[in-house]
Amino acid sequence: MRAESSDARGTASIPMISRTYHDVTGPDRSRLGEQVAQQHDRVRRRLAGVRRVIAVMSGKGGVGKSYVTAGLAMGLARAGQAAGVLDADFNGPTTARLLDADPNARLRVDEDGIDPVVARDGVRLMSMTQLLDDGQPLVFRGPGHDSFVWRGAAEAAALREFLADVRWGSLDVLLVDLPPGIQRGLELCDLLERPPNGIAVTIPTLESEAAVRRALRAGLDGGIQMIGVVENMVGSQFPGAAGSTLAREFALPLLARLPFHPGIDLWNDLATRLDISPTHSAPRAPHSAT
Amino acid sequence: MKFLCLDCDAQMHFTERRQPGDGTFAAAFTCSRCGRSVALLANPMETQLVDSLGVRIGGRTLDPQPLETTRATVRGRDEAFADDGNGGPGTATAWSREAEDRLARVPGFVRGMVKRIYVDYAADRGIPEITPEVMDRARSELGLEGM
Repeated sequence: MRAESSDARGTASIPMISRTYHDVTGPDRSRLGEQVAQQHDRVRRRLAGVRRVIAVMSGKGGVGKSYVTAGLAMGLARAGQAAGVLDADFNGPTTARLLDADPNARLRVDEDGIDPVVARDGVRLMSMTQLLDDGQPLVFRGPGHDSFVWRGAAEAAALREFLADVRWGSLDVLLVDLPPGIQRGLELCDLLERPPNGIAVTIPTLESEAAVRRALRAGLDGGIQMIGVVENMVGSQFPGAAGSTLAREFALPLLARLPFHPGIDLWNDLATRLDISPTHSAPRAPHSAT
Repeated sequence: MKFLCLDCDAQMHFTERRQPGDGTFAAAFTCSRCGRSVALLANPMETQLVDSLGVRIGGRTLDPQPLETTRATVRGRDEAFADDGNGGPGTATAWSREAEDRLARVPGFVRGMVKRIYVDYAADRGIPEITPEVMDRARSELGLEGM
């Protein structure tokens, strides 16, 4: 960043700066703080009709977060609940395929917002799949180097706009399918007026257990109100009991143990169990677990 | 971000923003006491970071468009949006042929949104016809050079 002056003089004549930012009290035309506050307000107003936001998270990739998200969304819809899915895995979106959404559907736009895609069983969906050509990675315009500086901000902006600018309407549940890790979940907490609920997905292995443990701790510290653990891919291929271990350690219910090909009854049962879980339980720190 | 005129011990005021090329963002500030002007020049990386936050240096005069930051920054598919960009009721605005030609060169992914911004800009200021000159003015005033 550089500043150029119309009156270039030697530095010797420049007086010392003794003012702080807050000492200078004239009007700030940019009002960046207000612009950010308006962004938050836009999210709040858009989600006013959404009863519950649930983040589907894991510290581990490949454990089936999107699979669980899609199956759960359809189970909720079959149970008569209005369900939406926000696919926040911008670099590897898969929920559109899992929910049989048309990847080439054109999104209707007007000045108020964008209509989500209506997918299987009436689930409302917004995914990066709808914005990208098939097989194309998420690429941002801009300088072709040093993208580590701004790419995180660009993806956080996409999350904010998917929340604020999609006409979600009245929903009983909005499931947010998070990418591996915890960063997107913390961004979600920052954007929402109330902390979201969370479901942690693991597979039975020790490796998954270790990664999900870290994510659970970070999520709880960040304000996510966890409502349970789902253990996926249960069977002889993956020995271990990560789901029950984590549930016991964090004093959370083990919501489901899903085999490789769960039948519709298991999804319906998971949706039912979710419906009776507390909506706004107080955050629980791992060290208070039994 | 504030600029202080050290000689006058007075806050300088934002006067103009431009993106003159190569990803540079420029914002001009002037001291209302002595008239001195300075230009803040952000390099492409800094410009991209600010754009990614979805805020406008110098403030906003129009409401943000749906998915504005995402559409302005992502290289998306041309047919992603069914978006005529005509704006809301009471925003019927004529386009000159030259302006239409220029709009047609905007990538399809973002074209409807860009069109709506020009329409809203013209309606807001009572401009009856959008011409390339109006588009240039809007781009400068609204900070649209990156779109």
